[in-house]
Amino acid sequence: MNPAALRSEFPLLGRPENGKRLCYVDSAATAQKPQVVLDAVRRYYVEDNANVYRGVYALAARATQDYEDARAEVAALVHADPEEIIFTRGTTESLNLLARGYGDLVLGPGTNVVTSPAEHHSNLLPWQQAALRRGAELRFVALDEDGQVTKEAVRAVVDQGTRVVALAHVSNVLGTVTDIRSVADIAHAAGAVLVVDGAQSVPHMPVDVHDLDIDFLAFSGHKMCGPTGIGALYGRARLLAQMPPVYYGGEMIEEVTLTSATFKEAPWRFEGGTPNIAGAVGMGAAARFLRDIGLDEIHRRDVELANMAADGLRRIDGVTVYGPKGQRQSAVVTFNVDGVHAHDLATALDAHGVCVRAGHHCCQPLMRRLAVASTARASFYLYNDAEDVHQLLDAVAAAKEFFHRVAG
Amino acid sequence: MSLDEVYRQVVMDHYQNPRHHGHLEHPTLSVGLHNPSCGDELHLDVLLDEDGTVRDAAFEGQGCSISMAAASMFIDRVRGKKLEEARRVVESFKDLLRRKEADRSLLGDLEALEGISQFPARVKCATLVMNAFEQAIDRIEAEGGDHK
Repeated sequence: MNPAALRSEFPLLGRPENGKRLCYVDSAATAQKPQVVLDAVRRYYVEDNANVYRGVYALAARATQDYEDARAEVAALVHADPEEIIFTRGTTESLNLLARGYGDLVLGPGTNVVTSPAEHHSNLLPWQQAALRRGAELRFVALDEDGQVTKEAVRAVVDQGTRVVALAHVSNVLGTVTDIRSVADIAHAAGAVLVVDGAQSVPHMPVDVHDLDIDFLAFSGHKMCGPTGIGALYGRARLLAQMPPVYYGGEMIEEVTLTSATFKEAPWRFEGGTPNIAGAVGMGAAARFLRDIGLDEIHRRDVELANMAADGLRRIDGVTVYGPKGQRQSAVVTFNVDGVHAHDLATALDAHGVCVRAGHHCCQPLMRRLAVASTARASFYLYNDAEDVHQLLDAVAAAKEFFHRVAG
Repeated sequence: MSLDEVYRQVVMDHYQNPRHHGHLEHPTLSVGLHNPSCGDELHLDVLLDEDGTVRDAAFEGQGCSISMAAASMFIDRVRGKKLEEARRVVESFKDLLRRKEADRSLLGDLEALEGISQFPARVKCATLVMNAFEQAIDRIEAEGGDHK
């Protein structure tokens, strides 16, 4: 994979920011879009746009085919069957749909949901609220000193009352990677299902739902170079068949009378109303784009750049890097500069053309545990290269000098 | 955009040596504000005279240099002022950040934050204390006290 050639596939990255080369290192928030994705969305609207399933004319059949082809591409990315992929608005909607559709089905007094204090709010709140709704207990896995979820810690809280274990594959704050296969074995031995928040893993590394024995996997299109407003929920076919619909409306039904209805099979029973067809087409094109490059190769590149950045940041006096002390396992590097608030830092980096996230990263409980109000986060992706790392490090060093100077 | 225009010495001085920091013993009203998008927290105590003059105010909080410096500067500016004048300070400051005609004579050190208008994402940091203040006086007025 040639870094320069890959970067040139992303039109936005060729545009200077504040007069500087754009160093976009906020891909954990959202990824930039390659020309092939932009073209796929445009082609759909220019050539095939119609509503799916309902039209009898050829144009509508092409739209339906495009939508289902996209489902097959997204399924192939995680090694699932197309019928196991529900299109949603994104990870957040996937997890909410699941907490309603499956959580409400299996949770009740005497049962529990296991999650961790390091979850993104989108994998905490749906389960927190489902547990409250159903009178179930919400349990937390203790993190180790690196902020890691270990299989031992999961085993310590899972018991026969556990119905759902819901964990992130990769932490959006610390960049830690959870051993999903081991957690799946523990959950299944207790008769529970494993729900994986794949928002930060599916775009960045090979994820095979069979190898990892995952029951439900939520992920977003926009973090994997696809459009915003589209995402997916993978569900094991046997489990999806048990779930009642969550959204009722057009196109998810078989037969409707004024007082009753029967519904289509999964995944269509979960996609009431006209779906985001163009979004799905774009996400399908993104899935193909990632598979053509190779998820192993993307992961290797992410980890190499993250390690280069973490090492470089540690060498700058007064910089604290959070997360694993050893090698980074993912694309995320979270840090702070002593005496400089993360927002001030992010503003200063912006002046150097460097885009980082600053704040609590939708993860307030974990931030309280780290005893910091906010941090800066750099996150890399396939279009980043060593020049981005150098630009980031130079900008951090310059920002540190700047604030020490103006603070006199 | 220029960082020097935002992080002026007077701004950093208010950040590092905040005036009116802490709590009042007998505030007329206290307001806690939390900016959920960035995690900034600000607690504001306001003491009003019977005639509706801001006799004293104090703040405590956790946040970026802009939000903390603005709190220090703002309290400096409104102590001893009638509520109506204090509201005009808020309006003038917001006009300044919107690059509209502003009454600069009301602003004092707050004028040094003008550069923030180049950074739309940071405007909410600069106005956090004023949002807390407006909430406080709205509540006082809703309670229909004598503090006119």
